Amino acid sequence: MSLSVDTTAGMTRSAARPAGRRRQPRPLPVLTALCGLALLAGCGGDPPSALNPAGTGAARVANLWWLLFWISLAVVAEVMALLIWALVFRRGNVRVRHGQPIRFVAIAGAGLPFVILVAVYGVGLRDLAALAVDPDPDAPTVEVTGHKWWWEVRYPGASGATANEIHIPVGERVKVRLRTDDVLHSFWVPQLMPKTDLIAGETRETWLRAERAGRYRGQCAEYCGTQHAHMAFLVVAEPRTDFDAWLTRLNAPARQPRTEAERRGQQAFVQGTCAACHAVRGTGAQGQVGPDLSNVGSRWSLGAGAVPNDAGHLGGWIVNSQTVKPGNAMPPQPVSAAALPDLITYLRSLD
Amino acid sequence: MATTSTPPGVSRVDLARLTEHWAESPSLRGWFSTVDHKRIGRRYLVTAGVFFVLAGLSALAMRTQLARPEAGLLSPEEYNQLFTMHGTAMIFLFATPMLFGFGNYLVPLMIGARDMAFPRLNAFGYWVFLFAGLFMWASLPFGAAPNNGWFAYAPLSSEQHNPGLHMDVYALGLLFLGISTTAASINFIVTALKLRAPGMSLNRVPLFVWAIVATAFMVIFALPALNLDNAMLFLDRRFDTHFFDPSAGGNVLLWQHLFWIFGHPDVYIIVMPGLGIVSAVLPAFTRRGVVGYPLIVLSIVAIAIISFGVWVHHMFATGLPQLSYSFFSAASTIITIPSGLQIFAWLATMLLGRLVIRVPLLFVVGFIVTFVLGGVTGTMFALTAFDQQVTDTYFVVAHFHYVLIGGAVFPMLAGIYYWLPKITGRMYHEGLGRWAFWLVFAGMHVTFFPMHLYGLFGMPRRVYTYASEPGWGGWNLVSTIGSYVLALGLLLVLVGVVHAVRRGRPAPPDPWGADTLEWATTSPPEPYNFPVLPRVHSLHPVWDERTAESTGEGATADRILSEGRVTLLTSELDARVERPVPMPESTLKPLVLAAALLVLFAALLVAWYPVAAVAAVVVAATIAVWLWPAGPSRTSGVATP
Amino acid sequence: MTDRGGIMAATGAEALSTELPAGRSTGWWGMVMFVATEATLFACLLGSYFYLRFQYGPQWPPGAIGTPELLKPLIMTAVLLPSSLPMVWAEHGSRHGRRWQLRCGLGATMVLGLTFLTLQAIEYAEKLRHFTLTTDVYGSLFYLITGFHGLHVLVGLTMIGWLLAAALSGGTIDAHRRERVRNTAIYWHFVDAVWVAILFTIYLSPRL
Ligand code: HEA
Ligand code: HEA
Ligand code: HEC
Ligand code: CUA
Ligand SMILES: [Cu+2]
Repeated sequence: MSLSVDTTAGMTRSAARPAGRRRQPRPLPVLTALCGLALLAGCGGDPPSALNPAGTGAARVANLWWLLFWISLAVVAEVMALLIWALVFRRGNVRVRHGQPIRFVAIAGAGLPFVILVAVYGVGLRDLAALAVDPDPDAPTVEVTGHKWWWEVRYPGASGATANEIHIPVGERVKVRLRTDDVLHSFWVPQLMPKTDLIAGETRETWLRAERAGRYRGQCAEYCGTQHAHMAFLVVAEPRTDFDAWLTRLNAPARQPRTEAERRGQQAFVQGTCAACHAVRGTGAQGQVGPDLSNVGSRWSLGAGAVPNDAGHLGGWIVNSQTVKPGNAMPPQPVSAAALPDLITYLRSLD
Repeated sequence: MATTSTPPGVSRVDLARLTEHWAESPSLRGWFSTVDHKRIGRRYLVTAGVFFVLAGLSALAMRTQLARPEAGLLSPEEYNQLFTMHGTAMIFLFATPMLFGFGNYLVPLMIGARDMAFPRLNAFGYWVFLFAGLFMWASLPFGAAPNNGWFAYAPLSSEQHNPGLHMDVYALGLLFLGISTTAASINFIVTALKLRAPGMSLNRVPLFVWAIVATAFMVIFALPALNLDNAMLFLDRRFDTHFFDPSAGGNVLLWQHLFWIFGHPDVYIIVMPGLGIVSAVLPAFTRRGVVGYPLIVLSIVAIAIISFGVWVHHMFATGLPQLSYSFFSAASTIITIPSGLQIFAWLATMLLGRLVIRVPLLFVVGFIVTFVLGGVTGTMFALTAFDQQVTDTYFVVAHFHYVLIGGAVFPMLAGIYYWLPKITGRMYHEGLGRWAFWLVFAGMHVTFFPMHLYGLFGMPRRVYTYASEPGWGGWNLVSTIGSYVLALGLLLVLVGVVHAVRRGRPAPPDPWGADTLEWATTSPPEPYNFPVLPRVHSLHPVWDERTAESTGEGATADRILSEGRVTLLTSELDARVERPVPMPESTLKPLVLAAALLVLFAALLVAWYPVAAVAAVVVAATIAVWLWPAGPSRTSGVATP
Repeated sequence: MTDRGGIMAATGAEALSTELPAGRSTGWWGMVMFVATEATLFACLLGSYFYLRFQYGPQWPPGAIGTPELLKPLIMTAVLLPSSLPMVWAEHGSRHGRRWQLRCGLGATMVLGLTFLTLQAIEYAEKLRHFTLTTDVYGSLFYLITGFHGLHVLVGLTMIGWLLAAALSGGTIDAHRRERVRNTAIYWHFVDAVWVAILFTIYLSPRL
């Protein structure tokens, strides 16, 4: 099963790169080599790599990483050189009595590292401060609530909600307000921004700023129980106009059924068990337990990254999501074999 | 090998008397009632080794599940229990007790004493450790093992989010175990302060002993935080208190603060004795003393102190104030300095010495390579911004396996090969040992190096499976293959130990020409350790003629002490002789007390509170009998029945 | 080698008449280390109190639980703190082999300690009518901290009772027993001192 996060799908790359952005990290040979190796070893596709940043925050950290990487390499090389020297040239079996090179130990072991570390600490502090700057008060805001094991996504001002998918305008700093409904989770989009934990009983804030349009995989990074593994989400960074259009739809009632099958599906949905837990805007279904399904047909996955969003998986999910994502909060549903195809058709029509 | 001829300086009569006072009966009762630090130390090593194999096999199961994306070998519930038990057992039931086992066996020998300061407390500590370990592992077959990660964050650990016994086992098991760790630590401190051989002033204390004492001090001041945390967790779960319940004024971050106030010092509690082993092993194989003894002692003390001021670096993503992050980031950066000092002191030792390449030295070299690699990634995390990107990913998993395996397991393996002749009286097979080293070394790096990569590529830790798409699959497979190689290497270590015990060549008292006092006595040592307690004249007593003389012709009666089960008390700083103290005979009380505690904790676990109350009374009664102030007077005569 | 001077020095009449054989004993160090780790435990406990309090917000104690009354805790303090004095006196007696002094001192400490526990029981009876362990986090903290300290008082009293029983049952007061008295005294002073910190934390700090 493979959920493809196509980094370019349907997006205009060029539109996304505002002029005068800070320089992208140089495509260092090591980076290329590492990524190349990873791809060779992996199953293809782009990993949501922190070394392949597409956002201001992650880019800063990627630069910091390369600094740390080279320094570490130098330190390790120094130690290895001394070690190998000793192993090669200092064999023997006589007892040695001379030499207490305290000065060498103090300089190489404490003095030099101290100088290096103070410098690195300064750089780190600068980056920490940069990550911590709050976005403007009137910046677009997303409210994200963590649930075991999915993400509820709301936009202040829009009546609707979506799940496991966050749309943001490209090139703008977007404020993300984080709350959790139950246990701790952690909000992480490796290519855009380092992590911020969701703390029970409190509200945390972070921000996202994508410099390129694209679809970026994010996921829960704090262990949160049985299905912590399947608590991914997708950040879709799109040009402002696309984003506005998308947001307008989130504020409007869900798409009405057009065909007979869809109508029957809607009925099954609203009158069945589903409405107890799920909402679809503009229908009687106002459940709050599970994700809002008003645009479920357009989402990238089912079950927060558990399976791709297609008819087959949707059917399987509805009948018994426990086989797909064991332990998740949606019980197997008593949907009759006759009603299932309609239900699927209806849900897939919601976009 | 047992001495056939009397060592110089002691008469046959004295030897016979010593044997009579110190020998323990070989009966079954004798097995349960022993208070000999060497037997107890050996048991610590073996028991912790068994827990290591269990935790290691859990890791192999996890690695097998993670070899390919979307594998179905383990259910999420199983995986979550396995990784929690793996981490918890490795940290609490393997690393610390294993190193305490070395400490138990070696500290009295290295300082020239006849036992630990509190031999019965020592036996008690072992039984508690054994029972607490069994208590925790026994939950696994019932599917009731802890399942919340080794740091068990609230509120996922609450009754509401995690029903069942899982986290009760965790809280109670660690509280139970804490008794043992605390007891052992107090024992180490007092032993090292009061029982050192005459003349072993503080500047002549072996570095290993310094390390153990610093470790023990860290335990004394760090463990209470964990105990309190677990007590509050248990109360929250069972008795509806609200310490970690935000809906009634509690706070979930309190758990994290208390846990890491313990947890960070704990990682140094694990590595410090490991570094001590390195300092102990090096002189024998570089043919010289470790360079910069005062600097190393200073680093040990500095690490022990600074380690209490860095805990928030485990909470860099929780959104605490910037100011506190800058402080903890600075402290975490600074703590690398004393580690660096030690590394360069060892390098200087090797550069100025003459290397004798044997298996223990190979593991020390493996240690340096691995620990430095793990250390530098630690320094990276000390920068908050970078840590926020990689925390809770496999990059962190890579870091801590590098420092834990590099900093604790490699030194332990060096120690096993190094002291095996002393402990068993047999030499190990060098060729087998080398094979084991190379497999372990290669396996370790093949397993854990790729974790840096897929951590950076975005793979979070603690996931029971992962999707194929992000391109992590191949590296995970590499890790899994590496872990099998590593397991094979460790199997060879085990085979090597068994081989040595079964058919190793008999070991002379000092096969390595080493410098510390444990090599001044027979292999394995007699129950009384030293027929004559040496008088120490230098930092390298075995290389020092005057010290050697003090146990030969120069032996004086006040250091033979054959008139009872006695060892010598000396002053804390200069080790001037104060007086001989009688040492307790073997007894079953430690076992009874530990067993009563086991019943107490088990009853609490299954909520049989009346049984728990009865057990508590038994505990109190046993302690009361044990400590009866007018009890068999130990001052009236030396040969108490 | 008939001269076993070392042992004689430790066990002979001469040693018995002096304070303790030269230097600190292992038992003394053991008790000091034990008290150090216990003190850390209390420090963590009181630290947690302040952490939770300041994370909670301005109103503390929360809800309808008023600021704690001071009268009874002050009386309890007046009972517990001086109880260290007879303990010191008893220890002094044991050092000079004065059995009656040991007995009286231990007895007096015992009475004061028991009075303290009685007062605490009365205090609990009143408080429990207002709030319990499960009311909210304040209740949890209050009962955990004071209860844990009360447990320490109880353990201390058991140790003292044990010494008293031994003192009443006779036998010589040898070095071994003197050490026990001394260690118990250390523990008891610690329990007293902790109470001051608790008084400040629970009873006084909400008024600041
Ligand atoms: C043996 C155990 C051990 C040791 C010794 C260390 C050593 C260090 N650790 Fe590590 N650490 C762990 C065990 C250990 N750690 C564990 C178990 C965790 C994870 C817990 C969990 O989440 O499950 C962890 C996690 C952890 C984190 C949190 C990561 C996260 O979860 O986000 C951080 C952050 O600062 C950190 C930092 C450090 C630092 C700075 C050191 C330093 O002490 C390292 C110092 C050593 C060197 C640097 C090498 C030698 C020095 C030189 C050769 C001198 C020159 C060097 C330079 C100039 C760089 N560690
Ligand atoms: C001292 C500590 C220590 C040690 C030695 C190890 C050793 C190993 N660890 Fe451990 N690990 C931790 C401490 C340690 N770990 C901690 C604290 C965590 C965090 C847990 C958490 O998140 O809560 C963790 C987490 C952790 C994870 C991450 C799980 C996750 O996040 O989902 C993984 C995954 O690969 C892993 C793998 C391994 C492997 C393969 C070994 C190997 O080195 C093991 C090798 C050992 C053996 C295989 C047993 C010995 C074998 C024999 C003697 C021979 C007999 C064997 C055969 C017959 C084959 N560990
Ligand atoms: C008891 C509550 C409950 C009921 C009843 C319920 N669901 Fe769900 N549903 C959930 C929860 C909770 C989730 C999120 C699970 C997760 O991802 O961990 C969910 C997820 C889903 C998803 C995937 C959404 C996404 O974006 O990932 C679909 C589709 C869905 N449910 C359809 C249905 C249908 C159709 C029915 C009725 C036949 C139904 N559900 C009944 C609770 C419920
Ligand atoms: Cu949510 Cu992990
Ligand atoms: Cu740490």
